[in-house]
Amino acid sequence: MSIYVNSDTKLVVQGITGKEGQFHARQCISYGTNVVAGVTPGKGGNDMDGVPIFNSVKEAVKKAGANCSMIFVPPPFAADAIMEAADAGIELIVAITEGIPVLDMARVKHVLTQSGSRLIGPNCPGIITPGEAKVGIMPGPIHKAGGPIGVVSRSGTLTYEVVYQLTREGLGQTTCIGIGGDPINGTNFIDCLSAFENDPDTKGVVMVGEIGGNAEENAADFIKANLSKPVVGFVAGLTAPPGRRMGHAGAIISGSSGTADAKIEKLRSCGVTVCENLGDIGKVSAEAFGK
Amino acid sequence: MKIHEFQAKELFKEYGVPVPRGGPAKNADEAAGIAESLGGFPVVVKAQIHAGGRGKGGGVKVSKTLDAAKENAAAIIGMNLVTRQTGPEGRTVKQVLVEEGLEIKKELYLSLIIDRDTANIMVIASEAGGVEIEEVAASTPEKIIKVEINPLLGIQPYHGRQAAFGLNLPAAAIKPFTKMLNQLYKLFVAYDCSLVEINPLVLTGDDAVIALDAKMDFDDNARFRHTDIVEKYRDLDEEDPLEVEASKYNLNYINMDGNVGNMVNGAGLAMAVMDTIKLAGAEPANFLDVGGGATAEMVENGFRIILEDEKVKGILINIFGGILRCDILAQGVVAAAKNMDIRVPVVVRMEGTNVEEGRKILEDSGMKIFTAVDMKDAGEQVARIVG
Repeated sequence: MSIYVNSDTKLVVQGITGKEGQFHARQCISYGTNVVAGVTPGKGGNDMDGVPIFNSVKEAVKKAGANCSMIFVPPPFAADAIMEAADAGIELIVAITEGIPVLDMARVKHVLTQSGSRLIGPNCPGIITPGEAKVGIMPGPIHKAGGPIGVVSRSGTLTYEVVYQLTREGLGQTTCIGIGGDPINGTNFIDCLSAFENDPDTKGVVMVGEIGGNAEENAADFIKANLSKPVVGFVAGLTAPPGRRMGHAGAIISGSSGTADAKIEKLRSCGVTVCENLGDIGKVSAEAFGK
Repeated sequence: MKIHEFQAKELFKEYGVPVPRGGPAKNADEAAGIAESLGGFPVVVKAQIHAGGRGKGGGVKVSKTLDAAKENAAAIIGMNLVTRQTGPEGRTVKQVLVEEGLEIKKELYLSLIIDRDTANIMVIASEAGGVEIEEVAASTPEKIIKVEINPLLGIQPYHGRQAAFGLNLPAAAIKPFTKMLNQLYKLFVAYDCSLVEINPLVLTGDDAVIALDAKMDFDDNARFRHTDIVEKYRDLDEEDPLEVEASKYNLNYINMDGNVGNMVNGAGLAMAVMDTIKLAGAEPANFLDVGGGATAEMVENGFRIILEDEKVKGILINIFGGILRCDILAQGVVAAAKNMDIRVPVVVRMEGTNVEEGRKILEDSGMKIFTAVDMKDAGEQVARIVG
């Protein structure tokens, strides 16, 4: 078992003919993901390595049966691409694009509440169910299939580091999700925690947060109230200066809110095992999950 | 991107948001000229820097005569202004804003932001203006009004009424206030702002509402559709020179106080590496995210920028190769070493895609590099070097 993506995932890549889109579409295919279509307006009728390219997502759904989309469309057009996917009835939309204007995402978020689609991202590495489907830009080989750990994170490479250490400790993963580093995103920590709680194969969750906003605090309350499975937490940005945007648009301490210290304290008070030094997260997880 | 108060007030004026009469000046004579043109005293001379707390730092002076205005402008321009937001090193004032003095009946607070949780544009207003809104939130939270606006719907008349009546405005001020809020909302959306803040918004003796201060911050992600604003209003003097340099190469760099330079791919990992340095007993000199898709050239430029910071006594490079392959990183490091004097020890930790090739390139380069087995080891090694 897993959450959100599995061997039934039929992927369409929006922006498949761009440099990044093409590279990662190929990486996903070689990992074993069922990539059924690509979309690049104006290039319909062509193919990439045998994957048919369509002019619209609607066509990709109708003719190739796509149920999941991965978006590499550049920031000025990315909000439109997400809404197009939702309009075409795509169940899971994974937006990799970094740098989408916040106001665009605010509008998209409201549009999505009217649709049945789930959005992961934007500004995220994507999602992987090791051994079944990789819908994202993460390096496949660092993962270990079969569970029992679920990973959810606001960051990309930081997640790879965490997964790498888990794998080295012999802890496999059910599903690893990057929810993205932007202030407004689709799927949040609570959605993922809830899905992991309901996934029988997931026995524990590693949650990776960072400074800015209060998603970690909200997640902590949710964990305390709803999770029966152990959670290990990490929060990046103990040394981040206030008022500065630390790479991710959402990683900013405003006044006294959004600090790593406050998040760590809150997570601890809600029963989460917090690891402060990233170098230890594999070991701390192994202990917490009673390996 | 932040802009100056006088620039924000230009935009306010364009949108019909009332501001005091006045204008910017770069020297005392210009300031005197503006003061004179206002046709009365007192006037207020305000330092223009991208930081709050200017009044307490001595950067805002009420002037009752023309001579006083000129003297105050002369004193403020060129001064090193230290406020709670500039840090102890302060900021040199390059220009002032000279404005008419107003008869203030009441100081209010008004701001617009995007609320992360609800994805709505949020209006925050308070009767308790003129002080830090965070202080108000802590001491008298009942004095803070929040009005949420769905961006698909846009601002409606009732939003304005909610804010206006919540502020207990006199009847004569209700309509002007709601009109002003309407315009501020339009301004916020038109320019992709992340913050528009007026503190204080004042109610004058004749019940007019006027933006005595103006602060605007723009969403950096939306710069591509506001190149005019960036060109017209970006003030490079207000930015750290190394950060400006880094931005030319699409590098995310933030200068800090410590002495361990570091280069990492990915923002979250970069923050975690800074934390690791601190936990090992040293202090990071910077945040530098070379991004997921960095090229050898970007790595080289990142290296150069770290080394231009004279505080740096040791460098830690931590790359988790995903999209950015370890061999590309290694090539960048070697190229940098060839083109410049690497004056401090370098600790490298790499993992992920093409790590073997990367390690080999570094080994064959003849560079003196300390390799670390994992993140913790990397942090400890570099802390020992600078410690």
